[in-house]
Amino acid sequence: MSTQTLTERPSRSTLFDGLTRYVPIGATVALLVALYLGGVANYRNFDNPQVIAKLFIDNASLLVIAVGMTFVILSGGIDLSVGSVMAFATMACAWLTVEAGISAPLAVALVLAFGTAWGLLIGSVIHYFHVQPFIATLVGLFLFRGLTLQISDTDVSMRDVEFFHWGMTHVDFGEVRDGGFWLPYLSFLAFAVVIISFVVLHYTRFGRGVYAVGGSESSALLMGLPVARTKIGVYAISGFCAALAGVLAAFATKSANPLANVGAELDAIAAVVIGGTLLTGGAGFVLGTVAGVMVWGMLNTLIAFQGNLSSWWARIVMGVLLLAFILLQRVLARSGEKRRT
Amino acid sequence: MTSASTPAKARGGANPYLKRLMWPLAVLVALIVVNIAVTGFDFIVPSVNDDRLGGAFVNILRRSAPLLLVSLGMTLVIATKGIDLSVGAVYAIGAAIACQMIIDAENQSAPGLIFAAVALALVVTGVIGAWNGTMVAYFGIQPIVATLILMIAGRGIAQLVTGGQIPKVQDSSPFTELGRGAILTVPVPIVIAALVLLLLALLTRRTALGMLLESVGGNPEASRLAGIRSKGITVLVYLVCGLCAGLAGLIGAANLGSADANNGGLWIELDAILAVVIGGTALLGGRFFLLGTTIGVVIIGTLEDTIINVGLSSQWQFTAKAIVVFVVALLQSPEFRAWILKPFKRKPETPAPAPAEEVLAK
Amino acid sequence: MSDEPIVQMTGIRKDFTGVRALDGVDFTLRPGEIHAVMGENGAGKSTLIKVLTGVHTPDAGQIRLDGRPVRFHSPGAAQAAGISTVYQEVNLTDNLSVAENLFAGREPRLGPFINFRAMRRKARALLDDIGIDLNVAAPLSSYSIAMQQLVAISRAVDIEAKVLILDEPTSSLDRDEVAVLLGVMRRLAAQGTAMVFISHFLEQVYEISDRMTVLRNGKLVGEWATANLPESALIGHMLGREAATLEQIERAVAAHRVADEAPLVTATGLGRKGSIAPYDLDVHRGEVVGLAGLLGSGRTETVRLIAGADRADSGELRFEGGKVGGHNPRTAAARGIAFCPENRKTEGLVGDLTVGENMILAMQAARGWARSIPVARRDRIVAEFIEKLGIRPADPDMPVKNLSGGNQQKVLLARWMIIEPKLLILDEPTRGIDVGAKADIQRLVAELSGEGMAVLFVSAELDEVTRLSDRIAVLRDRELIAVLESEADMTTERIVDTIVAGGKND
Repeated sequence: MSTQTLTERPSRSTLFDGLTRYVPIGATVALLVALYLGGVANYRNFDNPQVIAKLFIDNASLLVIAVGMTFVILSGGIDLSVGSVMAFATMACAWLTVEAGISAPLAVALVLAFGTAWGLLIGSVIHYFHVQPFIATLVGLFLFRGLTLQISDTDVSMRDVEFFHWGMTHVDFGEVRDGGFWLPYLSFLAFAVVIISFVVLHYTRFGRGVYAVGGSESSALLMGLPVARTKIGVYAISGFCAALAGVLAAFATKSANPLANVGAELDAIAAVVIGGTLLTGGAGFVLGTVAGVMVWGMLNTLIAFQGNLSSWWARIVMGVLLLAFILLQRVLARSGEKRRT
Repeated sequence: MTSASTPAKARGGANPYLKRLMWPLAVLVALIVVNIAVTGFDFIVPSVNDDRLGGAFVNILRRSAPLLLVSLGMTLVIATKGIDLSVGAVYAIGAAIACQMIIDAENQSAPGLIFAAVALALVVTGVIGAWNGTMVAYFGIQPIVATLILMIAGRGIAQLVTGGQIPKVQDSSPFTELGRGAILTVPVPIVIAALVLLLLALLTRRTALGMLLESVGGNPEASRLAGIRSKGITVLVYLVCGLCAGLAGLIGAANLGSADANNGGLWIELDAILAVVIGGTALLGGRFFLLGTTIGVVIIGTLEDTIINVGLSSQWQFTAKAIVVFVVALLQSPEFRAWILKPFKRKPETPAPAPAEEVLAK
Repeated sequence: MSDEPIVQMTGIRKDFTGVRALDGVDFTLRPGEIHAVMGENGAGKSTLIKVLTGVHTPDAGQIRLDGRPVRFHSPGAAQAAGISTVYQEVNLTDNLSVAENLFAGREPRLGPFINFRAMRRKARALLDDIGIDLNVAAPLSSYSIAMQQLVAISRAVDIEAKVLILDEPTSSLDRDEVAVLLGVMRRLAAQGTAMVFISHFLEQVYEISDRMTVLRNGKLVGEWATANLPESALIGHMLGREAATLEQIERAVAAHRVADEAPLVTATGLGRKGSIAPYDLDVHRGEVVGLAGLLGSGRTETVRLIAGADRADSGELRFEGGKVGGHNPRTAAARGIAFCPENRKTEGLVGDLTVGENMILAMQAARGWARSIPVARRDRIVAEFIEKLGIRPADPDMPVKNLSGGNQQKVLLARWMIIEPKLLILDEPTRGIDVGAKADIQRLVAELSGEGMAVLFVSAELDEVTRLSDRIAVLRDRELIAVLESEADMTTERIVDTIVAGGKND
């Protein structure tokens, strides 16, 4: 009797499966292309490659925190502290070099280590004490904004400027005038973060564990997966990314503003969702997040080219897009549910 | 304000109710004691100046009124297993609409104009709330996601209303009375907030709304199958929350005499969630405590004064708030209590609720 | 079969805030044996398993694995020591692929990276071996719950466990699937794997197990070889009383139906795409209509359409002669149609609310939120039904989540009895509850129909269906294939025959 074979063909589950899995991200990419073509058609010089390159210069920090946020959201959590941690990291770079007289590379290393340590701490609180991620990371949002303001409530300039110049060192790809473009080193740092994250999420046990925990934490636990390590790990990654984003901001501006990046966590969450990641966790891609960040950058670029529009239009459009994407995901999830039952 | 607790007693739930309120009350009393120790009894005793109540504590209550309004709406939303992140933006929109309409008029003191401005602001914020509720109830979108949309876009909309300016209402306009006036010596914001608290307490506990809310929050599908109009109730609750946020925005704007689309009600959603959680309502929905939320709001308000009174710079506010959130969140975690108490307990019989089991129960 | 035990648990005690779930329980498992752990709900079976698998740590007692004392602090640790478990609910992550689920946490790797090709190959080989054929790259969510459960079992089997624990693995499987599972179990036993088997299907237990350990109220009753323990004795040990109460209501419910009266409910061509094919069914006053069929045959879907829980997309429903339009749970309740859903925790009760609040929920919902039920009236009704249904503990202010399964089911029943429905729909009301409560509920169904209430009754246990029903609707493959009416047809054999024959006609 045990030679009997049971066969079942998969029904289509639109949320995770096949081509439909790529509908949201496809829509994002299409939107990106449409925005770009719209820009090219309406504004002179929009087709200059530097316009695209500038997306990755202006939004390198956002890209990095959005990647960290992707890990957290995939695992079913959320991290509201990234904006404040980022501002604190920039301020700490300034304070460590100016006030404490520490050399810039060491200061950067300290800041990165601190961001990671903070993530570990808050991840442990979330996991071991079952504090909701929303509340636990809210602590970080308040705490680091407060600490940043306590260090200084005005702008502080970096010392050791040569070191911080390194981040903005140009790498030229042809002459800008002849259709070439340039990118600074810090953009390459952001690219590196994206590539490493992609590999980690898709090709390592830790990465697949993040998806598993996001799919069902209790199941992951019963399957014997290292849930604690995974959950704490994603917050550590997010903390590291936020600190790194702060360092990138220090590279870019060579100064620290205590009120920088207010609301950056919202931009990051929006970018992640528009990039096709499910806010409930368990499904999404880090490359989608890149597309989400580019949409945000493209909107701001268009507004800059238009010249007479206020920057809050970007927020409104982002809200509308968010609405559209959330409804789209909802429709896909519904049709998936229908097929299964 | 005690009226919120009496129906609970009638339902035979007085004991757990008091237990839930004990912690926040203890924290509040401790804060007040610290303030009295530093500044003397003037802190708590109200004084009467110019025919209105004053004094440090009354001022705290007056300043906390907008937050209380937002938090009460938030409590009901959280009871349904929801959350409303858009209240800060709705606050700004409400303030922007009223102020813009008033400064656009020629006579800023016309009672009809004030009334119309207030009404329009409330209608718009109510509609926004209902829209959030519709997204949650009818489109089946997670509350945190549905309201995130307006949290991100809302301040842009407020900017749209004010054209990027900060509309300033003349000080002579009766509109400012909403924030600065007094009725029978009691500041108007306190009166409004107390009335709303009373109204919501009656609405939820004298009718079956409270129980049905807790049912919908506790188990939406079971509630549907039991024949509860859970969608209607959900929309109603978000609508109330939007209205509360709008009303809070009006009071805030009236107090300042202006509406700042960028900074008006900034982070008030986070303060409100904090107040709700301090007050003992679980973020997972179900049982809710309006009185607990009220205590939570007063704690947050008192905390801000305490920081100044004990001689710290105002920059400490964020840090102090962070510490409060952290401590409250930890104290409410059974796992943390078990962990921290472990060294003091010798008997192995006292079992901590097994964390694994709770995970399974989800 | 060696007699050296592989697992030896002695004097295990486990408390949960005031409740002693296990009290000095011993349990011995030998290599190559299939050992059934038997007991009513709340007897401590699940707790015993969770202690063994590291989900709970025992408060007292010792666990020895291969003679060495061990103490597991997480399921992962138990798994690493060679104890793997399949639970009643599918504990896999359905957003990942079948292959990933099979190998999660132990994926084949190249350096630090997962080798997806090797993983899929190994997954196919593993499933082939078990006897199931799936697309291993497809997400788990695209398969039925039953197939997901078999994947979970395959995963547990592949972990090369010394000990395999199967906690109600068959409750979502149909007969073919159970056959595959039992086949796998026999093969593993022959290879020397020790298995712990928990199931409330006595026939399966008798078919597969070598030995039984019986628990009652957290205490050990005893351990027997299956061959030496007849069914009646087993039930006696489980219940702690001789003679199963169930026997007493044997067909006590002879036809109540008034033959020439018009039906209370008539469904004509009622159906829902992808859920249940259009069917005709009627129910009379005072009649119990049972729905029989395998899992996934459309039993639940059939009654959900009549209850208004799901929307029908074809056909029509008439109630008391009038056409029913705009059907949903609220309007259904208003008409007098009550529905106790299959899953009482997720669809039935509101765990945080009290027993009393849960009871009056439907009544209050019908009145709307503005008209609260007066406190005195409410208390009277609640006390009356707690008494009438024998709900224990008899405390109306206790959160309902603290009650046992049987008592929870009674609270749910009370919720609907309070509004005095004309049609009561019960979907698996006796699943997973203890035998005592089961008898109570069956007796109640008989009584209610005796008083003239129409009852639609879904149960996976054919015995129960035949015992209670006046007529039986038989389903197969999401289609209603026959309605058995005559007394002679009311046997489990006839139902099984009908199901088998229904398949051949295709």
